[in-house]
Amino acid sequence: MPLLEAKGMGVDFGGLRALSDFEIAIEPNELVGLIGPNGAGKTTAFNLLTGVYAPTEGVILLEGKNIAGKKPYRINNMGIARTFQNIRLFKGLSVIENVKTACHAHMSYGILSGIMRLPKYWREEAAIHKEALELLSVFDMADLADVNAGNLPYGKQRQLEIARALATRPKLLLLDEPAAGMNPSETQLLMDTIQLIRERFGIAILLIEHDMKLVMGICQRMVVLDYGMIIASGKPEEIKNNPRVIEAYLGE
Amino acid sequence: MFEMFVSHLINGLQIGSIYALIALGYTMVYGIVKLINFAHGDVIMVGAFIILFLVTGAGIPFIPAVLTAMAGCALLGVLMEKIAYKPLRNATRLSALITAIGVSLFLQNAFLVRFSPNPRPFPRPAISGSLNLFGDVSISYLALVTIVVSAVMMILLHFFVKGTKMGKAMRAVSEDSGAACLMGINVNNTIAVTFAVGSALAAVGSALYASTYPQVEPFMGLQMGLKAFVAAVLGGIGIIPGAMLGGILLGIVESMTKAYISTQLSDAVVYGILIIVLLLKPSGLMGKTTGEKV
Repeated sequence: MPLLEAKGMGVDFGGLRALSDFEIAIEPNELVGLIGPNGAGKTTAFNLLTGVYAPTEGVILLEGKNIAGKKPYRINNMGIARTFQNIRLFKGLSVIENVKTACHAHMSYGILSGIMRLPKYWREEAAIHKEALELLSVFDMADLADVNAGNLPYGKQRQLEIARALATRPKLLLLDEPAAGMNPSETQLLMDTIQLIRERFGIAILLIEHDMKLVMGICQRMVVLDYGMIIASGKPEEIKNNPRVIEAYLGE
Repeated sequence: MFEMFVSHLINGLQIGSIYALIALGYTMVYGIVKLINFAHGDVIMVGAFIILFLVTGAGIPFIPAVLTAMAGCALLGVLMEKIAYKPLRNATRLSALITAIGVSLFLQNAFLVRFSPNPRPFPRPAISGSLNLFGDVSISYLALVTIVVSAVMMILLHFFVKGTKMGKAMRAVSEDSGAACLMGINVNNTIAVTFAVGSALAAVGSALYASTYPQVEPFMGLQMGLKAFVAAVLGGIGIIPGAMLGGILLGIVESMTKAYISTQLSDAVVYGILIIVLLLKPSGLMGKTTGEKV
C-alpha cells in the first residue's frame, strides 16, 4: 500500500479551476519530485494535501485513511509536514523554540502541570529539548539554538524550516521550493541534505522545484504539472525526453 | 516630604499592579487574535459578583471563592470567544470590535436586569493594619498583598508563556496561525486557552480591586476596563511585559497626579500621557517600531 495516494483530486476557486484530476502515489521512503512552470498548481497541490484548502473533489489517502478536508493540524498529527515557498518561521521565537513548538503534539502534560511545573512537565520538556538539539545538529545549527529565528541568514532560515517540519515526526515531508533564492553551491548542499534526511529519518519526501535539472539527480520519480493538469509522470530519464514536458518548459 | 512621596508611590504601585493584571488580558487576546476584547472589563465585574455570592451567599471562605471565580471567569472568556468572536475570526477587524462592544453591553445589562443597579458591599477579606517600613512610612497589608499577589501572577504567567508547550503554541499562533496549524498546533484550542488565562487573571484583578474599593455593581468593569486597556496600549498592545509596565506606570502617574496636582485632573493626565505616547511612539513604550513596507 502506498503511504500517500491522491485520486482524482481537484479544486475550484470561484469559477477558476486551479487543479484537476491530480493523481499521485508515494511509497514509504520514496523521494518524488513535483515540477512544473510557475503557476502550474504545484503549491495548490501541497495546500490540498496538507489541508489548507479542502479539495472540491477526489480523495487523499494517507496509509489508507481519507484525509481530504481534514483540518491542517490533524493532517500534520497523522504524519504529513511541510515547508513553505516563502519562509514562514516564527520569527520572534528562538531557533530551538521554533523546533520545540513543532513538537507540540508529542507532549501530553496539561495546563496545570505546566503552571505548577510537576515532574511530568520537566520530564517531557527535557526530552523535547534533547530531541530539538539533535535535530538542529543534523543541520549544523545546534550552536544557533538561542538566536532569534528572524535574525538567521536566509539559507539557515530555509534549513530551520525543514528542521521544524521534521520535529512534527512526519512520515511524509513536503518541501515547497526549498532551494528558492539559493546560489548553485548552496543548492547542491541542500540537495545532499535532503538525501541525508530521507535516509536518516526513513521518511518519504515530495519535493517541489521548478528547476528541472536540480531534481533530476535526486528524485526517483517525478510528476510534471502544467495549467493545473498532470502532463507527465515517471522516472527522471523518461521525463527529460518527454516532448510535452519540453514544450511546457521551453514553449513551442 | 519624602515620606509622603513614598506612600504615594506605594498607592500607585497598588492600583497599578491591578491595572497590569487586567491589562494582561487585553494584551494577550490582542496578541493572538488581533482583537480588542472590550468585554474584558466586564469579566472583572462578573468575577466580583461570583466572589460576592460565594462568600456572602454560600459562606465559602474568600480564597476558595477567588479560585472558583478564576475558573468561572475562564469559562466565561472561553464561551465569549466561542459564541461571539470565533464566527468572526476571518471578518474585518471592525466587525469583531463592534461585537466585543456588544458582548460588553450584553453582560452589563444582563447583570443590571438580574441584580439591580444598586451597589452591594464586597466581602473584603479582613486584612487590616500596616507594616512600618521606615520613619513615618508604612504600607498597609492590603497594599502589600495586592502587590505581591499581582507580582506572583505575572511571574507565573511569564513562565507559562516562556516555558510551557501551550505558551510556545500561543506565541507561535500569534506570529503565524496558518503555519502553526500546519505544524500540528490546534489553533482553536490555543486561542481558547489564551482567553481562559486572560480571564482568570481578570478574576484575580477583580478580587484585588474590589478589596480596595469594596463595591460591586454591574457597571464597575467599565472604568477599570478602560484604564487597563489604556495601560495595555501605553506599554505596547500585544506585548506581555508592556502590559505590566503600562499598568504600573499608569497607577503611579495617577496616584502622583492626585497627590501633587489635582484629584479631578488625574484622569485627564492619564489620558493625556496616552495621547503623547501614541503621538511619539504609536506602537507603545515597549512596542517595536515597524517601518512601513513600500
